Amino acid sequence: MTDPVAITLRGCAKTWPNGTRALHPIDLHVHGGETLALLGPSGCGKTTLLRLICGLEQADTGASIRFGEDEISQLSPEDRGVGVVFQSYALFPNMSVMQNVAYGLRVRNINASQRERRARELLSLVRLEDYADRRIDQLSGGQRQRVALARALAIEPRVLLLDEPLTALDAKLREHLRVELAQMLRDLRVTTVIVTHDQDEAMMLGDRIAVMSAGHLEQVGTAEDLYREPASDFVAEFLGTLCRVRARLHEGMLIAGDDTLAFRPHEVQLCAAHANVLTGRVLARFFLGSSVRYEIGLDDGQRFPVVAAAHSQYAAGDDVSIALTRTAAVAASPVATLS
Amino acid sequence: MKTSTTDTRLGLAVTLAVAAFLIGPVILSVLAGLTNNYFVGLSSGLTLRWVAEVWSLYADTIWRSFAVALLTLVICTLVGVPAAWVLTLHHGRLARALEELLTLPVAVPGLASALALIVSWGTVSGLRGSVWFIVIGHVLFTLPFMVRAARASMQGADLATLDEAASTLGATRMQRFMHIVVPNAAPGIVTGALTVLTLSIGEFNLTWLLHTPLTKTLPVGLADSYASMRLEIASAYTLVFLLMLIPLLVGLQWLAARGDRPISTTRTSS
Repeated sequence: MTDPVAITLRGCAKTWPNGTRALHPIDLHVHGGETLALLGPSGCGKTTLLRLICGLEQADTGASIRFGEDEISQLSPEDRGVGVVFQSYALFPNMSVMQNVAYGLRVRNINASQRERRARELLSLVRLEDYADRRIDQLSGGQRQRVALARALAIEPRVLLLDEPLTALDAKLREHLRVELAQMLRDLRVTTVIVTHDQDEAMMLGDRIAVMSAGHLEQVGTAEDLYREPASDFVAEFLGTLCRVRARLHEGMLIAGDDTLAFRPHEVQLCAAHANVLTGRVLARFFLGSSVRYEIGLDDGQRFPVVAAAHSQYAAGDDVSIALTRTAAVAASPVATLS
Repeated sequence: MKTSTTDTRLGLAVTLAVAAFLIGPVILSVLAGLTNNYFVGLSSGLTLRWVAEVWSLYADTIWRSFAVALLTLVICTLVGVPAAWVLTLHHGRLARALEELLTLPVAVPGLASALALIVSWGTVSGLRGSVWFIVIGHVLFTLPFMVRAARASMQGADLATLDEAASTLGATRMQRFMHIVVPNAAPGIVTGALTVLTLSIGEFNLTWLLHTPLTKTLPVGLADSYASMRLEIASAYTLVFLLMLIPLLVGLQWLAARGDRPISTTRTSS
């Protein structure tokens, strides 16, 4: 592959013909060779943003999209040199696996033998050499996903765009392919944007994550940045569970008070109940193998989950006191004051 | 189980009764075309004489009907398939209006369409007396069937997404249409084509007004023979007509059964 190019979006907005705003103006920079995950709930505009980048949707006037130094916002999709993997994979049922992978080269008038060599190269990259002559309907979901990836890569795209590439697969396979895809993307060093609504997928595949909600970019950063220093309630809640409790923090312990404390379920330490601090009751205990999850209820009716180590042995009905292991924690971020 | 066998038997009986009601007259008509003298009955003996006479009198209408049907098919395919694709890609008000407009000639009586054609184009020199005048009428009438069949196929196969995928791979609009749209919509296009052929060969209403003595088609010739020849010739003519149409109809049914999803709308409209 040639040197990876950066993607730079400036003021990319999208308004549908009926006047609804799918995207508010967005500025975003994807470094060359980086994988950026666009994460957000369905309808947040992440797929629309992806479609703006590949040209299947035109941004409102005033937008600028650059690949490296080239302004490409006025180009049609066929001239942008993007490899796209669609959520449904969109493989051509009238062509064999090989013909699918080679299609981008065929329309570039590359001769048949060269085309075939390149297609075989890519099929071996995704470990489907033996499936070259199969029809598309003879492939499993996972195989289709890999054919779609090979087809997108065959044209040596400047930019690779993946729209929910693993969503159509069952959970077990998804887990497996996620690791495989992460490794492949790292080796390829193509600038990649991947759209997903699955936080684990975003965290594993994205070098950085851009969290979106309601057509806005909420925060861009590494998974750790976003998890530890969420810029908003929304980000904190979307990446993992956020407990919000009305209480006060005194020497690491929860006491009665009117602050809003926000923390992650695993940032709590349960200890034997003692005087002068808030007492909670274990409402339920769930053993999950590598951890135990408790449902804790306070006297005033507030409830929140707590995740503890697998050997934790409180039983339903026990009274406990609650300590926060990271006193600054998420609580010190704007989350505490926002709500 | 018991009720279901009763149901099956009842269904079979009704089907057979309906079939007898429909097929009976056809068989009688075919027999009439093969008997020496229909008024005497089968006892007068069977003959191919009437069929031969039909051939010598009306062969030109048969060939003309084929030519008209083929020309109609070519035009319907060249216009209808791209039109179906445009209607598949665009969902705006304009597209819906166009679709309604396209279907109009099916709803309007053929005689009315024919009159409109004669009033608007009849004075164009040479056109009124040429076979193209009939082709124009047939295209007007059969085009919606092609568009609908092709479009059902295109929607069923989610071709819009495949088209987007091909465009990101660098295929031009024309390449996408030829490589992706046409092959994947083939079942619908073939069904549409057979419908167009069948409808065109059997079309009478429009053609009756549009034809001239020199541009008679098969159904017009058939009406002519009923009006002016003896019954046996007209019946033999029906037989020839059936021999031409039945293979087409069988082909249509076979394709409809073979095609995947997209056929249902075509069936109901034809």
